[in-house]
Amino acid sequence: MDFSISDDHKSIRESVRTLVRSFGDDYWLARDHDGEFPREFHRAMADAGWLGITMPTEYGGAGLGVTEAAIMMHEVASHGGGMAATSTVHINLFGPHPIVVFGTDAQKKRWLPRLIEGQDQVAFGFTEADAGLNTTALKTFARKVDGGYLVNGDKVWTSTAQVANKIMLLTRTTKIEDCKRPTDGITIFYTDLDRAKRDKRIAVQLIHKMGRKAVDSNSIQIEDLFIPEEDRIGEEGKGFSYILHSLNPERLLIAAEAIAIGQDALRRAVKYAKEREVFGRPIGKNQGIQHPLAENWMDLEAAWNMVMKGAWLYDQHQPCGAEANSAKFLGARAGYNAALQAVMTHGGFGYAKEYHVERLLREVTITRIAPVTEQLIMSFIAEKVLDLPKSY
Amino acid sequence: MKILVPLKRVADPDNANKVKVAGTKLETTGLEWKPNPFDEYAVETALRLTENGAATKQRQGEVVVVSFGPKEVEATLRAALATGADRAIRVDVTDDKLDGDLVARALKAIVEKEKPDLVLCGKQAVDGDSNQVGQLIAEYLGWPQATFAGSIKSEGAPGKETALVVHREVDGGTINLKVTLPAVVSVDLRIVAPTSVKSVYTADGFKYPDGVRFAALMAIMAAKKKPLVEEKIETLAADTALKIEYLGFELPAARKAGVKVKDVAELVTRLKSEAKVL
Ligand SMILES: Cc1cc2nc3c(=O)[nH]c(=O)nc-3n(C[C@H](O)[C@H](O)[C@H](O)COP(=O)(O)OP(=O)(O)OC[C@H]3O[C@@H](n4cnc5c(N)ncnc54)[C@H](O)[C@@H]3O)c2cc1C
Repeated sequence: MDFSISDDHKSIRESVRTLVRSFGDDYWLARDHDGEFPREFHRAMADAGWLGITMPTEYGGAGLGVTEAAIMMHEVASHGGGMAATSTVHINLFGPHPIVVFGTDAQKKRWLPRLIEGQDQVAFGFTEADAGLNTTALKTFARKVDGGYLVNGDKVWTSTAQVANKIMLLTRTTKIEDCKRPTDGITIFYTDLDRAKRDKRIAVQLIHKMGRKAVDSNSIQIEDLFIPEEDRIGEEGKGFSYILHSLNPERLLIAAEAIAIGQDALRRAVKYAKEREVFGRPIGKNQGIQHPLAENWMDLEAAWNMVMKGAWLYDQHQPCGAEANSAKFLGARAGYNAALQAVMTHGGFGYAKEYHVERLLREVTITRIAPVTEQLIMSFIAEKVLDLPKSY
Repeated sequence: MKILVPLKRVADPDNANKVKVAGTKLETTGLEWKPNPFDEYAVETALRLTENGAATKQRQGEVVVVSFGPKEVEATLRAALATGADRAIRVDVTDDKLDGDLVARALKAIVEKEKPDLVLCGKQAVDGDSNQVGQLIAEYLGWPQATFAGSIKSEGAPGKETALVVHREVDGGTINLKVTLPAVVSVDLRIVAPTSVKSVYTADGFKYPDGVRFAALMAIMAAKKKPLVEEKIETLAADTALKIEYLGFELPAARKAGVKVKDVAELVTRLKSEAKVL
């Protein structure tokens, strides 16, 4: 067992830190206020090559693993930007994995370099309102026509659809009732997301939400959208198995992000607890203030170890479902609890935007819900690890 | 132009409160390290002097970084290589066996071997704030020096730079100097402003982003393959005895609580009678 941190990992962390720190609390507070996409941050990260960290080297990426990506995202989330900072870049890391694994060379050449350079941005249209976590119940349908498909359906929560020019779309090409298994008949596309088209084949409506204001989420309506054959990834009907490849890395990254936000909030709470004097003593001298913070620290560290274990397994090409899901569960809870405690530690001032902790609490909350909820993770562990009967 | 940049790692000044004094020594275990900011500015300056600002991937000349310390300082050197420096030298020695004078003499030996056109250093390290190494090297080499440079412009033909025009800020104005190469220059914070450095390759009016450049991911990977050699302090300096000895450290006295005044009248009275500033 070796817990030492390699020089590579140190230099990744330090380089990302320098860049991220050049965008201060004020930058992120302003984005939380105006809701503008953090373009400057996205550009800086793209220019320094970070968007390609996990992409194949043949297409301009660095070909590194989820361990390195987790370290990078941990650093991205550590300096006041919360999920607004992470979601600006996160989507690039494993989201396009179906292209990397199942795309043709021509598709990779056409799509990956532009993503790595930050010229293209992609939104993920997976979730549907009527399906929820039961993804295979999705209804968006792609009907085969000459040279391609005609797509109709609604998606919800599609993040970055206000700024992205590409969309990865999960559709049915065979109705669920005509399939042997519910996971059959699903097809995945990577195609243009054109909001400006006069006929508005894709209509995008912003969802006003609790946090991460600068990175939009939307409901979208797709009507008779033509998608050419060459924008289909892999084989028709096999799409569900393609997205499975990116689920575990995505969970590990979300966990790393939640932990970092929690640690950011914890640092602020500790600083405040040392400085704020009431009843003639720093509030941090009271165990009622100290102990919850100590507990937050332990929870965050423990969750981080689970992230590193899951990432190591994934990078060794070993099964990591239990670890990745556990890391996401533990990391999101620890991050959320630490952010909440940071607000409480600040007392009334924690409720003021000026102190940033209320924002971090709003930012971190999403990590408990997306991309998979706590209930579903517990059901997964109960069923797949403990071998208990499926509950639903 | 070939430029040598001495680069020191210092305890992260943001965590200065963690530094503990143990007798005549500062306790450094467990501290986080980072490059001395002024040295980072020197690296940035060296890069700007050896490139066309519009094509920063191509180096016109050579930038060599040198650091003194144990194996861990290689991380600091690699970081400099990742931002664009070409080669690195680590002089193997621990901090307690160094003083500014020994560093300057060892650097002199490196300069004699490397034959750079310019030694570019930070004006001081933010740990000891000694502000002496640059001046000492210039003296030992018998080279002209310009300290606290706020802007630098190189003169001469590409690849055959002959002099530097250096502006330095002083109380109440600026001094403009021209130093003939080879020379020693130490830099101040303003050197990383968008138009502070102009090389013979960079177009007039070109503006850099403010501050030092970020290491790009691919450059970090490539930096692993750049040469980093180790030297022994004993082979660089015959006499390694220290000439400067720290006798003790004291923390600044804790600040006393302020007073709240009732009104402007009281403020004025107190400024007159107690502070005696009116
Ligand atoms: C800010 C934000 C950004 C998002 N971005 C994207 C995106 O870019 N692309 C995309 O495709 N999706 C995105 N999502 C969607 C996200 O993945 C889903 O919201 C999430 O998977 C939960 O689905 P749901 O909201 O439909 O919950 P539901 O499925 O409606 O579940 C509601 C509640 O019931 C519980 N529940 C459901 N079934 C069971 C069961 N069998 N046992 C126990 N409990 C159960 C759930 O755990 C949950 O608590 C985003 C969501 C948010 C909030």
